[in-house]
Amino acid sequence: MRKGIISVLSSVISILVGLLFGLLLLLLVNSGAAFSKFGELLTAGVSSSAKLAKVLYQAAPLVMTGLSVAFAFKTGLFNIGASGQYTVGAFAALIFAIIFQMPWWVCLIAAMVAGGIWGFFPGLFKALFNVNEVITSIMLNWIGMFAVNLSLMNIKNAAGKLIMLPPAWVNSPIKDRTADLSYANPSAIIPKAGLDKLFDSNYMNISIFIAILFAVVLWVVLNRTTFGYELKACGNNKNASIYAGINAKRNIVLSMVIAGAMAGVGGGLYYLSGTAAYNIQKVLLPMGFNGISVALLATSNPIGTIFSALFISYIQVGGESLQPVFAKEMIDIIIAVIIYLSAFALLTKTILGRFIKTDKTNVNDDKAVEAEAAAEQQKEAELKANEGAGILPPTVEGETVPVEENSEESEDKAE
Amino acid sequence: MSEYVIEMLNITKEFPGIKANDDITLQLKKGEIHALLGENGAGKSTLMSVLFGLYQPEAGTIKKNGEVVKIHNPNDANALNIGMVHQHFKLVEVFTVLDNIILGAEPNKMGFLQKAEARKKVIELSERYGLHVDPDAKIEDISVGMQQRVEILKMLYRDNEILIFDEPTAVLTPQEIDELMEIMRNFTKEGKSILFITHKLNEIMAVADRCTVLRKGKYMGTVNISETNKEELSRMMVGRDVQFEVDKGEEHLGDVVLKVEDVTVPSKLHSNNAVKNVSFEVRAGEIVCLAGIEGNGQTQFVHALTGLDKMSHGKITLCGHDITKASIRNRSKFGMSHIPEDRHKHGLVLDYSLEENLVLQRYWEPAFQKCGFIRRGEVRKYANKLIEQYDIRSGQGSITSARSMSGGNQQKAIVAREIDKDPELLVAVQPTRGLDVGAIEYIHKQLVAQRDAGRAVLLVSLELEEVMSVPDRILVMYEGEIVGEFDPKKVTVQELGLYMAGAKRQEKAITEESEVAQA
Repeated sequence: MRKGIISVLSSVISILVGLLFGLLLLLLVNSGAAFSKFGELLTAGVSSSAKLAKVLYQAAPLVMTGLSVAFAFKTGLFNIGASGQYTVGAFAALIFAIIFQMPWWVCLIAAMVAGGIWGFFPGLFKALFNVNEVITSIMLNWIGMFAVNLSLMNIKNAAGKLIMLPPAWVNSPIKDRTADLSYANPSAIIPKAGLDKLFDSNYMNISIFIAILFAVVLWVVLNRTTFGYELKACGNNKNASIYAGINAKRNIVLSMVIAGAMAGVGGGLYYLSGTAAYNIQKVLLPMGFNGISVALLATSNPIGTIFSALFISYIQVGGESLQPVFAKEMIDIIIAVIIYLSAFALLTKTILGRFIKTDKTNVNDDKAVEAEAAAEQQKEAELKANEGAGILPPTVEGETVPVEENSEESEDKAE
Repeated sequence: MSEYVIEMLNITKEFPGIKANDDITLQLKKGEIHALLGENGAGKSTLMSVLFGLYQPEAGTIKKNGEVVKIHNPNDANALNIGMVHQHFKLVEVFTVLDNIILGAEPNKMGFLQKAEARKKVIELSERYGLHVDPDAKIEDISVGMQQRVEILKMLYRDNEILIFDEPTAVLTPQEIDELMEIMRNFTKEGKSILFITHKLNEIMAVADRCTVLRKGKYMGTVNISETNKEELSRMMVGRDVQFEVDKGEEHLGDVVLKVEDVTVPSKLHSNNAVKNVSFEVRAGEIVCLAGIEGNGQTQFVHALTGLDKMSHGKITLCGHDITKASIRNRSKFGMSHIPEDRHKHGLVLDYSLEENLVLQRYWEPAFQKCGFIRRGEVRKYANKLIEQYDIRSGQGSITSARSMSGGNQQKAIVAREIDKDPELLVAVQPTRGLDVGAIEYIHKQLVAQRDAGRAVLLVSLELEEVMSVPDRILVMYEGEIVGEFDPKKVTVQELGLYMAGAKRQEKAITEESEVAQA
């Protein structure tokens, strides 16, 4: 319980410091307008029901890519390929919507499968050949994006028309984005269930609820099932999981497949909204990378992902109100600072942990032994740092990147 | 001039919420061997860190030859001629002995190394104290005992007067231990003072002049060794009487449980095999000990036996099942339990709670899961049962994070988990490593209880006391081969040491035996 509170606190602290930094930045650029615009930044998301609808609408795919990264994190994998999986998911959803004229939920399943396949390859290479999943998934990001672009621009129907593009459906010169679903296949648009009228915004649909449902399901899988138990064991201590007879290789692959599937659904949710069209351009979609931020801010907790995605989306919507007085990039900088600080979540956690621990001064013998052990570990770490500076493995987000371990060398970690 | 070279007076060092050292006084006379005795977590390491300037104490003073000194960092300690041989050596493997000795204190002229001078000094020191170290050998090519002497030479080269030995005998053979004791006595004749950190009472009785005992951060007193005995020291250290002899009755041999035939395991470090054609049997109701000095293939053999690594040749049979190629899970199902050598690397998922760790080998059984969902109530109930039955102590009971538990209780948790699986064969690899006397006594009792319950126990150990007292049969492993088989009642420690060091082997006896078995 205390651990949870510390996690939340450390994220909140990151957010507050990041916002403070943003305010300083605004003051530096244009001190006259800084305070009023900063106020707008903080309140724009709830200033009208339409703005709130936009927050929710953008949060849905963010929750999904956040889940994708967070789930892989829990298994000790860094899924930097959420962007590619998201793109491929979006592509599959659009193909099923436009070419096969399927209803929205079939398209979402297609997105899920496609994203899963895109996650499968890095997982497979990691499990079989110990190829770093970061490298394979970065490459698959680019492969995914260009393959999707190429396909969208070249898929023709029987009549020889480029069926994925607007000219096939309406009289339009636009050729750099996919066709509007309201013409191509209205049944593929995610239902709005009357929410659009309630919020008075065309953006509003049920996608945020679908995303929340997935978050809850993943939380249950991770925390209540034997499968989640195995996955987390692999992530925390691969050697111990092998010792316990867990099939670590299978779990690595499955974990990446599920992570990919989540990102794929994210792509489906966004591009089946009816209000977004896939732009054919040569940049990786930022939604996947924002998923990393969301997962970091949520300290990889699936439920936390819902809130951190809502926050990121909220501040992005707020950022739009900075314009034209401030450049649009300003909000990206503020978000970047928040994420940068949340990457220190582990550090903040340790500091907070100490702070909270010192409050309790009733010492019993067991605690004494613990503290002594901790102190000795710390000392050992210091000694190592003194001597081995430069030969320690590089770290990502405070976690040691697994290096090729030499099983013959059994390091004695006993106190 | 004071009688004492180093005095640490009323040292108190606090960590958040705990006094690791509470008003501790340690006075080292010139020319004496002074033992520092205490269980794990008693505060020995903290006290030494204070002496080395790694920690600043909240209260207390340090005096050198009667004058108060301030030690802010290890360099200050070095300047005061204090040197230490660490438990884990700090040597550069690919450097020569000479390079390692001068490392950090290289003699130079205008930035150019002056090795000839250094070499002369090293050879002279080596001869004076009978260390017999070749200055041009590479560290990776010499034995652990020799490496320790290099560490000792490092201190001598720096003209250290106060020498600290941190658990120096853990890695040595009996013969090497005797030699080390002799070397230590030579140092005191030369007027050097030695602080000897250990929890082995026999060694203290053999070599020390005085002994300071710590328990749970508190100073329990300093005694003259000539006026005390093992029992008194252990009572001071643990706070109660400790049983040294392992209590066990006659063995009742049953069927062959484990049969190992001709097992060969390739090494990951070099082209030689780490384990060469090892064959033996373990029957129900006996404890067989695989003894040997660290790094002679025991680890690799256990990994092959338990399925963590592959073997290149041979056959393993467990209760009639051929498990040569079986998965780890299947070996476990056939009745193998494994207390691993490294409890942090293999034995526990440190970020899991105690209860999650207690079901690490059984979470998939129907008792603990239903349709893939973990039956948390059942897990909790089972964990609480084990916690009570095996007296596993922790801050918050079953939901304590394994990481925050003490080493002894972590080990108890693993032992509880592996024994409660009701195995046919229990493989226990250095089950008492790094544990205090009380915990060691407890784990030995559990092993004997398993044997008496008709299980087969394979114990792998480096600790000679354990090798001599716990098993019914000893197999000595040297460079990947079994070089001797002994009855612990009929063999002496010295005899065993010769086999462990590779000086003797029962080659014929073993091959004949296996031939008879095959015929």
